[in-house]
Amino acid sequence: MSGFSFQIDGVEVTAKNGQTIMEAADEAGIYIPRLCDHEGLRHQGGCRVCTVKAGGRSVAACTQPAALDLVVENETPHINKLRRDLVGMLFNEGNHLCPICEASGNCELQAMAYRLGMTEPTKFPYLEPCRPVDASHPDIALDNNRCISCGRCVRASQDVDGKGIFGYVGRGIHRHIAANGPDLQHTDAEVTDFAISAEVCPVGCIIRKREGFARPIGERDYDDHLIGYDIEKKRDE
Amino acid sequence: MSDLPKARIATASLAGCFGCHMALLDIDERLIELMKLVEFDRSPLTDIKRFTRRCDIGIIEGGCCNEENVHVLQDFRRNCDILVGIGQCAIMGGLPAMRNAIMHSDEPLRECLEEAYIKGPFTQNKTQIIPNDPALPLLLDKVYPCSEVVEIDYQIPGCAPTGDVIYEALAGLLSGRFQGFERAHIRFD
Repeated sequence: MSGFSFQIDGVEVTAKNGQTIMEAADEAGIYIPRLCDHEGLRHQGGCRVCTVKAGGRSVAACTQPAALDLVVENETPHINKLRRDLVGMLFNEGNHLCPICEASGNCELQAMAYRLGMTEPTKFPYLEPCRPVDASHPDIALDNNRCISCGRCVRASQDVDGKGIFGYVGRGIHRHIAANGPDLQHTDAEVTDFAISAEVCPVGCIIRKREGFARPIGERDYDDHLIGYDIEKKRDE
Repeated sequence: MSDLPKARIATASLAGCFGCHMALLDIDERLIELMKLVEFDRSPLTDIKRFTRRCDIGIIEGGCCNEENVHVLQDFRRNCDILVGIGQCAIMGGLPAMRNAIMHSDEPLRECLEEAYIKGPFTQNKTQIIPNDPALPLLLDKVYPCSEVVEIDYQIPGCAPTGDVIYEALAGLLSGRFQGFERAHIRFD
């Protein structure tokens, strides 16, 4: 396959034709922060946490194709400030009370705040949504108040599981994820679905019943290393 | 070093569990070295109730859930050069802030009090009255993070913060060289 090279933060990166900036960066062991993108799912470009400057323009690295001799800025103070603002707004919109959340320590939103050096989740008063919790399913519960609308469960259910259990409803600030039925119990959702698996929901919205705190706080995914560590360690190898 | 005047520190626990004060002990033996540099003014640790003079650093645990918390916090802001919020309750309301939204009610405070004193399945309150003695501080409509009430200069995150993070912050502030935390040390839980 033909390839070409471009630059990310001054490092020469080789990309294959058709690769996005993020795909090429991942292979080169350069981590570009992301929340709505996940390996194995199609790209969406929704959360904009992966915003980079490519040729001086702000673009979503997960959807922007890499191009020959493109100069990409990723970890600059300016872009990380923008990312902190985005992550702060995501915290602001939901009920993200880390000390009481079962996902704490495994949460990608929280881990992103750590990585960006944020000492407070948000500078603004929480919007405190009061969306009903759907605990109707025998094995799964949904707490929509923690949803960041990344759409990973939508894509996982549609593209991987072939079920289409989740979808967006509403517009603007009222847009949220809903189950394709009166409640989750009346869909064909199963706890073995990829969409329900721990790796898909980045926050504590999709909860698998009877496994809460199986792994204690302090021994969880982001307690030992920063988010993106698995990609960055490729560069050292 | 011993000739320098000691930094004067005040602490308070507002709507918190005292866990962050306890976490100060997690500094372990470094506490001895730190104690050579500081002396305590108003604090639950000294049981001094009012400021005896202006302090260099004020450390606040917990958010504001009642009017007394607000008065204490404002008093700290007036009397401290640097105000530090310690722990998630001070930073974002923490566990007490569950009553703001998690109750899924239009009147979360009322529902919270009714659940606690009247309707709860395990409530043993024969009078069926929600405590309303005038001596009790008036509850606020919501639990507020400290930064919504006064200006907070620094925040030490965690629930409770680890000894390392507290030491990093206090040692940095006392030497005047605090530059923020190591990213790997930040925790919100």
